[in-house]
Amino acid sequence: MSSTGVVAQDATASSSSRQTVNDFNIQVATVNGSGSQTANLVLFRSIFKMGIPVSGKNLFPSNIAGLPTWYTIRVSRDSYLARKPEVDVLVAMNAATAREDVMGLDSGAAVVYDEAMDLSTVRDDLIFYPVPFASLVAESCPDAKLRRLVRNMIYVGVLAKLLDINLAYVEESLDGQLGRKVKALELNQSALRGGYDYADEHLSKRDRFVLEPMAKTNGKILVDGNNAAALGAMMAGVTVVAWYPITPSSSLCETLIDYMGKYRVDEETGKATFAVVQAEDEIAAIGMTLGAGWAGARAMTSTSGPGISLMAEFTGLGYYAEVPAVIFDVQRVGPSTGLPTRTAQGDILSTAVLSHGDTKHLLLLPSSVTECYSMSLRAFDLAERFQTPVFVMSDLDLGMNSWMSEPFEYPTGQPDRGKLLDAETLKRLKEWGRYRDVDGDGIAYRSLPGDGMPTYFCRGSGHDAEARYSERADDYEENLKRLATKFETARDAVPGPVIERESEGSIGVIAYGSSHWAVIESCDQLHHEAGLDLTYCRLRSLPFNAVLNDFIDRCERVYVVEQNRDAQMLSLMRMELSPERIAKLRSVLYFGGLPLDARSVTDTILASEGSELAPTTSA
Amino acid sequence: MSKIASSSGKKVNRIGLELQPYRGDKTTLCAGCGHNAISERIVDACFEMGVDPSRVIKLSGIGCSSKSPAYFLGGAHGFNGVHGRMPSLGTGAVLANKQLMAIGTSGDGDTGAIGIGQFVHLMRRNLPIVYIIEDNGCYGLTKGQFSPTADLGSKAKTGVVNELPPIDTCALAVEMGASFVARSFSGDKKQLTAVLKAALSHRGTAMVDVISPCVTFNDHVGSTKSYAYARDHDEPLGEIDFIPHFQEIDVEYEPGTTHAVTMHDGSRLILKKLESEYDPTDRLEAVRVLHETSRRAEFATGVIYVEPDKEDFIEMLNLVEEPLATLPLERVRPTKATFEKILQELR
Repeated sequence: MSSTGVVAQDATASSSSRQTVNDFNIQVATVNGSGSQTANLVLFRSIFKMGIPVSGKNLFPSNIAGLPTWYTIRVSRDSYLARKPEVDVLVAMNAATAREDVMGLDSGAAVVYDEAMDLSTVRDDLIFYPVPFASLVAESCPDAKLRRLVRNMIYVGVLAKLLDINLAYVEESLDGQLGRKVKALELNQSALRGGYDYADEHLSKRDRFVLEPMAKTNGKILVDGNNAAALGAMMAGVTVVAWYPITPSSSLCETLIDYMGKYRVDEETGKATFAVVQAEDEIAAIGMTLGAGWAGARAMTSTSGPGISLMAEFTGLGYYAEVPAVIFDVQRVGPSTGLPTRTAQGDILSTAVLSHGDTKHLLLLPSSVTECYSMSLRAFDLAERFQTPVFVMSDLDLGMNSWMSEPFEYPTGQPDRGKLLDAETLKRLKEWGRYRDVDGDGIAYRSLPGDGMPTYFCRGSGHDAEARYSERADDYEENLKRLATKFETARDAVPGPVIERESEGSIGVIAYGSSHWAVIESCDQLHHEAGLDLTYCRLRSLPFNAVLNDFIDRCERVYVVEQNRDAQMLSLMRMELSPERIAKLRSVLYFGGLPLDARSVTDTILASEGSELAPTTSA
Repeated sequence: MSKIASSSGKKVNRIGLELQPYRGDKTTLCAGCGHNAISERIVDACFEMGVDPSRVIKLSGIGCSSKSPAYFLGGAHGFNGVHGRMPSLGTGAVLANKQLMAIGTSGDGDTGAIGIGQFVHLMRRNLPIVYIIEDNGCYGLTKGQFSPTADLGSKAKTGVVNELPPIDTCALAVEMGASFVARSFSGDKKQLTAVLKAALSHRGTAMVDVISPCVTFNDHVGSTKSYAYARDHDEPLGEIDFIPHFQEIDVEYEPGTTHAVTMHDGSRLILKKLESEYDPTDRLEAVRVLHETSRRAEFATGVIYVEPDKEDFIEMLNLVEEPLATLPLERVRPTKATFEKILQELR
């Protein structure tokens, strides 16, 4: 029926002019719990080993087994790492979603599928590759009970052949995934070969998607943000970790436990230089973190939105009693349970002012796995320098998906333990008061239990500069004003906004966190498609500083891109910026829970620019 | 115990300190509040045991009981946290620096209501901490509402009768695996001091529930947590002698009349029999006695259960000898070579 597609209708290989090289999207549709993760990661890593930029997105349900799940691998010679909604090569393994998956494809897409499903009659503008999974898996895995676990490796073999992936890379990746599990490795190798040989003998290449080796991943690493943050915490010298399991943050502490067990056990004594506690809930987790921070440890917890809500009261104590703590918030969708396996930037507003009374917090906003690592390190320094809880606002897309990155840098220099009282300082100060602002920066000197320095009574109730109980209005006001001064001091100590893209134009865009990847791609799309050149400013933390003001001042209007419904970052700007600056801000919002894609941003900005430029009828 | 005099002629303890650093600020609780007596006993016990106040951390939640750390051991660090969550603050602090001695005070609402989750998990973990419940069966600081330890049928000052069964924090603690569980009465100076000394010498969580009448809201006829009621219904499990590890045993105990328990630090807890034999190392017996006395509307006091050598949380976590908080950088940051190895695995 379709005659307009770019499909090669004959069974011979497509001409090179119709080839799409290193710029397409592979989606694997499977059932949760079917062991597809190993297969998908092997495929992902093999392409990475070919030197081609890739990004992988796992779109999974809140379920252990049985519900549909999709894994997409975007291959991008131009290094675009954001999610791309259009699927070019589909691997349909789930009968429950196969029809819908196929109907959603653009003309010319390739479909590798289990021949038992008889999909090829659904559309005639696609390239279908039927594969007899049942007989192939039976051949490669004699034990019927184990077949379920290796079945998925067959499509890796088929794709390796169809897309021209060097089999050596695939085997290397498989070895990396399964490593010492000899039996599993053998079975998977056999399934991989089975798929490859089948494609070689029975399938002729008819689609236009091909891979060619590049040199764009040399030296790079592949890592998810939770792993990167865990590594940062270990390198920061964290000693007390308290956590409660919650998707999508669990793997942060689980990875940290692995790292600490391997690299932070004293070689001579066999004893641990760290304590990890799986707490009874998030309230206890933050309580332990604060207790440890008060006693001088570098302490952390990791959670997601629901846990952040539970930590609200304790966070106020940490702010007001001035106790260092590092809290990772790997954000997910929703109030309540929401969509626990989907991504969002929905905790920005509530976390920025978390707790009751007057509170405001330092937030770090990593936009890459590189920053998940570096900001994790930085957070511990900031928490101790400012004696306050510091939040690292990651999200599911950053935290749980694999990203390529330049290798992380080994930290240099000593950690900043902040203003700790010692004999010399005590001599200089003559008289010490726990909450005295002797340096004018709002930060007082603290002593630690057991350090031999003067002691104090730490409390969340009203206190004066000497940490004595006080209900006096002036004491309370003085203290709150000093805390505000401390926040002002932090403005230039936190990682400031960076101008990611300069242009001659007068239109700006602001983004933060994982939205970054869609925004840089969108800037290119707007340039190519509409000749629109945006200047792009990426926020890296709260509080804001002068760089943001300067950026807005030089723009006529500024789009603020966020993954939430209520324009949370823009709302925070409204609380602080001048009316003239606020008037320039426009929102670009996405809150569907999938990683943000460039097209959504581009289309929204184009539509908005169209109406900005259209003549207005009102006077 | 032998006392030496300081240069000022005042009495000093075994570590050469006068009583002053063991005292705290002047109390702001009501005159006659049981909690004040408990603070005094803590001062006595710590002074006599030679506890170094500069190594003590005082912890509390919210409520009248949780104000009391300000009234003892002024030379120690303290942290008055949020309602019902003292166990987690204490856990973090002790993990940060295992050389600290943690003393927590809580109330019956702080422990039995809002904080019961953290309470039971503290008992499970056996973190080294002395956890004192100043138990008056009501919320004093919010003017006398019933707490979860109020007895069934106990009458509030307003005349309202409590219709819910009480939580027995001691029975709960034993059930949750606590390794030291005691109950006492703020009006029993001798027993409470002995119990606190034993608690201080215990390794692991020492849970001490102290019936501590609220003179303002719960000291009337019809209340089961009044001074009068407590005096009439206190049923000691035996007379307690506590002999610290640094003191010679100079009293002869007649065989068959006493039950002795050696604490982890070598101190001896000697229970002199009153009417029946009671073995505080027998967990089932402890539960039985708690239930039986409660059925008779009495409350058993003394050291109810003790397991002196149970592994504590610090041992379980296999921590290094030094405080984690102050480990030098080279012990908490892997080397560059190790770091490169980790990165290599990510390629």
